[in-house]
Amino acid sequence: MKIVVLIKEVPDTWGERRLDLETGLADRAASAPVLDEINERAVEAALAHADAHPGTEVVVLTMAPASATANVRKALAMGASAAVHVVDDTLRGADLLLTAEVLAAAIRRTGFDLVIGGNLSTDGGGGVVPAMVAELLGVPQLTALSSLALTHDTVSGDRVSDAGTMRVSAALPAVVSVTEALPEGRFTTFKGIMAAKKKPYETLDAATLGVEPEDPAQARYIMLSVAQRPPREGGTKIVDEGDAGERLAAFLVAEGVA
Amino acid sequence: MTVALVLLEVVPSGALAASSAGLLVAAARVGEPVAVIAGPADVLPGAAEAAARLGAVRVHTAEVDSSALTGPVVDAVAAAVAAENPDLVLASNAIETRDAVARLAARLRLPLATDIVGVARDDLGVVAHHSAFGGAFTVDGAPTFGPLVATLRPGSVEGQLDPQPLMVRGLEVLASGIPSGRVEAFSETAAASTRPELRGAAAVVAGGRGVGSKKDFALVEQLADALGAAVGASRAAVDAGYVPATAQVGQTGVSVSPKLYVALGISGAIQHRAGMQTARTIVAIDKNPEAPIFDIADFGIVGDLFTVVPQLISALEAHKK
Ligand SMILES: Cc1cc2nc3c(=O)[nH]c(=O)nc-3n(C[C@H](O)[C@H](O)[C@H](O)COP(=O)(O)OP(=O)(O)OC[C@H]3O[C@@H](n4cnc5c(N)ncnc54)[C@H](O)[C@@H]3O)c2cc1C
Ligand SMILES: Nc1ncnc2c1ncn2[C@@H]1O[C@H](COP(=O)(O)O)[C@@H](O)[C@H]1O
Repeated sequence: MKIVVLIKEVPDTWGERRLDLETGLADRAASAPVLDEINERAVEAALAHADAHPGTEVVVLTMAPASATANVRKALAMGASAAVHVVDDTLRGADLLLTAEVLAAAIRRTGFDLVIGGNLSTDGGGGVVPAMVAELLGVPQLTALSSLALTHDTVSGDRVSDAGTMRVSAALPAVVSVTEALPEGRFTTFKGIMAAKKKPYETLDAATLGVEPEDPAQARYIMLSVAQRPPREGGTKIVDEGDAGERLAAFLVAEGVA
Repeated sequence: MTVALVLLEVVPSGALAASSAGLLVAAARVGEPVAVIAGPADVLPGAAEAAARLGAVRVHTAEVDSSALTGPVVDAVAAAVAAENPDLVLASNAIETRDAVARLAARLRLPLATDIVGVARDDLGVVAHHSAFGGAFTVDGAPTFGPLVATLRPGSVEGQLDPQPLMVRGLEVLASGIPSGRVEAFSETAAASTRPELRGAAAVVAGGRGVGSKKDFALVEQLADALGAAVGASRAAVDAGYVPATAQVGQTGVSVSPKLYVALGISGAIQHRAGMQTARTIVAIDKNPEAPIFDIADFGIVGDLFTVVPQLISALEAHKK
């Protein structure tokens, strides 16, 4: 079984995250880039299957600037077997469709039985890339799985929406995305980090994948303007002296919200 | 007249999803709002009538096999796009409809904008508004040319259009032939209470790890009921099993912009703030005077929620009388 895990480097949510007001892109200098937590969980899901089923290949795939290499290596150090890294200056600021086209082309080239992504990336991603990739690959998608079960020819799991919980399944090959209900990613060990240095690491550009980022016939979604809102400030802060509930009620009434 | 096509979602009870009115209002800013509804045959007539009442000038309906996940809905919307040639295809940024239009955009190779909070048109075409990084940035985006596919954050556009006479068209849908996932079983979330839905709620009362247990979470619900508010939670409260994951507010949960947000026993980690800091008024009760939630609270109380909240509820009830 070959599992491709879609991974992405994002600005650390623990830091202050900024958009560059000129380009509208995430300001990579503003906060340390990390492997998105949800993608660590996706890698973990694949590795858990590989642990129980020797012979499983886990390939991590990213489309990201060259500087993301350290975070891709982290996924290898966790235990993934190989990495594919699409790097191309013409992909800077790629919209969702272009991102999905590149990833789908890379997946087709690598081959796959299952693709696992995160349900939502933390850098303002829309939670749509896995479904778009599935369409471009012509396979079913199961998104937002809060549990994952895999056999040699099917994938299934629970999927929670506002209306209720579904039990869903699909025949392989398929694309799934997982939520943060899945277990956290395992820690990397010194041994894992050393082993990662010897694992296959393929770097590809858009042309090799047959994708034309600047095709004038293809409409793209572009940023027109970016503005920063003034940060929010704190107001009144009181220490409860036995009457805080009453004082809060008076505040809510005065604000017209109670 | 240009057309803005809206994919409306039918909830398990057969009614249109609560997001429908706002979707049609948003669509009408771009063109004539036309609806497409895909669902089981028995709910389509009622849903189409409801769509017309909410201002859809035409309603395309398609009967779909609801045991197949997403695929048949994509086929239906693709048929409606072929019939209407819209400038905008809009759907709610809820899991089901988001998946459907994501696949549609990939199939038709159309630009996609997700989780938008507004839409307009200028001389050059459709412009979408986004709120990024927890509302710290506002961004406008547009397709370089041609139509846009977009998902709208529930609750971000309010109001309701005037009713329209009912005009229904049955769609001729061609199956794409791409295999779909299967829905093996479905269990509906326990009969929705009279409490408002979290997305789009005017007031939200949220509880965190500080609430301490699933049992004590009832206090959060009592305050919510006293304020007519929806119930939210931090990820720590969800992880601890006090509430279902759908109640999570924040970076990886729901983004809310209510008039009032009350945080009980929530420290205010940056990822939580990302989902609620655009609320008009923020109230926080936390034992720890250093909790970061106080940096953004309009009214903060350093105190024990188990003494402050019961007193607050009685004071609110006394005021109502
Ligand atoms: C990638 C990523 C995504 C994340 N996404 C989200 C998200 O979407 N939403 C989210 O909420 N978090 C998210 N988190 C988690 C976030 O970092 C915090 O861990 C979480 O918000 C903490 O929840 P909390 O405030 O309830 O718990 P804590 O930080 O433990 O705070 C509990 C608070 O309760 C107070 N307290 C305790 N007892 C009482 C009492 N009796 N009365 C009053 N106060 C009391 C304490 O003083 C404390 O301040 C994410 C983290 C990561 C890394
Ligand atoms: N540039 C990318 N490279 C690899 N995977 C990606 C990329 N963008 C999105 N993904 C995958 O798609 C998931 C959802 O992303 P998004 O649609 O951006 O919210 C992420 O968690 C990743 O698994």
